[in-house]
Amino acid sequence: MDFFGILVGILIEGLIYSIVSFGVYITYKILDFPDMTVDGSFPLGMSITATLTLMGFSPIYTLLISFILGIIAGILTGIIHVKLKVGDLLSGIIMMIALYSINLRIAGRPNLPFFNKDTLFRNDLFISIFGPNNRPITTIVVLLVIVIIVKILLDLFLSTKRGYLLRTVGDNETLITQLAIDKGNIKIMGLAIANGIVAFAGSIYAHDRSFFEISAGTGTLVIAVSNVIIGMQIMNKFHNIKPTTAVIIGSLLYRAVISIAISIGLEARDLKLITAILLLIILILNKFKSTSKVVKR
Amino acid sequence: MIELVNINKYYNPGLITETCVFDNFSLKIKDKQFVSVVGSNGSGKTTMLNIICGSIPIDSGKIIIDGQDITNKKEFTRMKNIGRVYQNPALGTSPHLNIIENLAIAENKNKSFNLSKLYSKSDEERYKELLKGLNLGLEDRCDIPMKSLSGGQKQAVALLMATMTDIDFLILDEHTAALDPKTADIIMELTDRIIKQKNLTSIMVTHNLRYAVEYGNRLIMMHEGKTVIDKEGSEKENIKVDEVLKKFTEISIECGN
Repeated sequence: MDFFGILVGILIEGLIYSIVSFGVYITYKILDFPDMTVDGSFPLGMSITATLTLMGFSPIYTLLISFILGIIAGILTGIIHVKLKVGDLLSGIIMMIALYSINLRIAGRPNLPFFNKDTLFRNDLFISIFGPNNRPITTIVVLLVIVIIVKILLDLFLSTKRGYLLRTVGDNETLITQLAIDKGNIKIMGLAIANGIVAFAGSIYAHDRSFFEISAGTGTLVIAVSNVIIGMQIMNKFHNIKPTTAVIIGSLLYRAVISIAISIGLEARDLKLITAILLLIILILNKFKSTSKVVKR
Repeated sequence: MIELVNINKYYNPGLITETCVFDNFSLKIKDKQFVSVVGSNGSGKTTMLNIICGSIPIDSGKIIIDGQDITNKKEFTRMKNIGRVYQNPALGTSPHLNIIENLAIAENKNKSFNLSKLYSKSDEERYKELLKGLNLGLEDRCDIPMKSLSGGQKQAVALLMATMTDIDFLILDEHTAALDPKTADIIMELTDRIIKQKNLTSIMVTHNLRYAVEYGNRLIMMHEGKTVIDKEGSEKENIKVDEVLKKFTEISIECGN
């Protein structure tokens, strides 16, 4: 692949996964909840998008409905964890495995292409703006706009009273009870927003690829957690940037490393292995760093 | 008024490790009373606070606050008019938020946590004035995260936060136990000032007999789920540390400590 092609790939995948990572930032970092649901809600967005697009719905509707279905998935995980008192990891796994069948039901089969339909990135409006042969540029510009909008909305939300409740529940649950507020409901809200965002990202991914593929969700959490951790490391170095900005940079860096690994000879089928090893390295480096800090003091 | 009526509480019921904490325990705490509670470990002091706040369930009995039976109410609903400060200073604040943000969420208690901004510039000035009153120099360190403060500073902010809104009851769960003696004195004085200022009905569990004697207008010593000393009014004013210590040693020898 040429340099330009690799760069385009990094930008497109990195931007889409930065939206996924916004969601996972909420659960993994803010709520301290390793939410496996995302491995199911990402393909949920894809399956509903493929199905609705083939039925003739416009891209805007597919994004909206994916978002809403993701919210519902998150609420269910939250109810399993908060009301039925199942552990955090297991609650997400239960929902993830349930969504596997639900996604097959929605799409009717394990993969569903919609190559000849208008998509978010390939429609009359954008062709008239960017020209017919500028697909990569169109995709990157549209993605950039979406990522910035989602980032700004999330930043705004986190600075509201309700957003502060979300940030506090992961920080110190006891304080939420002190404020006479049901901490369970706040957790459910966080999971709902997170999975809404992830399913929304799944919809965008489907529009980019013009297909649904059931296995596309495998590893979503692992990739997003890697992105978030890289992002947080960057934030520790440069104090003035917001966590959401750091997550975007983390996602792009991560994708760059993966692309380099592939371009130096690793095959696509090795991707999940690279993903797993990369997260392991990140986690070990993270641990090593924090212990060395303590020793210095 | 807080009333505990015929409370029965067992830990691990039915197991070999079954322990009875309360067997038909009753206690009335009148409005505006400031009760100090002392007693050895395992005497049921903290369990009593947890029962009042709803942090743990009871086996039978009734908890009545201001004439209303709240036995079946959840912990978070009870906290509407209760403030609580814990032994662990970290439990009263949000470690990653700064002091101003912490105070702002505390002040919003019992109001709607909606999508409006958490605090305004004028709120910030007001909080800084409030911090000045603590004399800990916190007003100049407003923008650093809570977790970087010392235990005493955290506890001072936690105390402010617990009493910021219109509460009726203040629950203090060994809230000076994790602090050095000098800081503990500062926090204790601050506690007393706030309780008097806001006319709060308070229960303070403490291992510091001097605080128990010096502060408050009622003193209770607990032992094996019962009150062995209960003095209020002028009786409480005349009680001496030595007297409390003597009783304390007596019951300690009894159970072999």
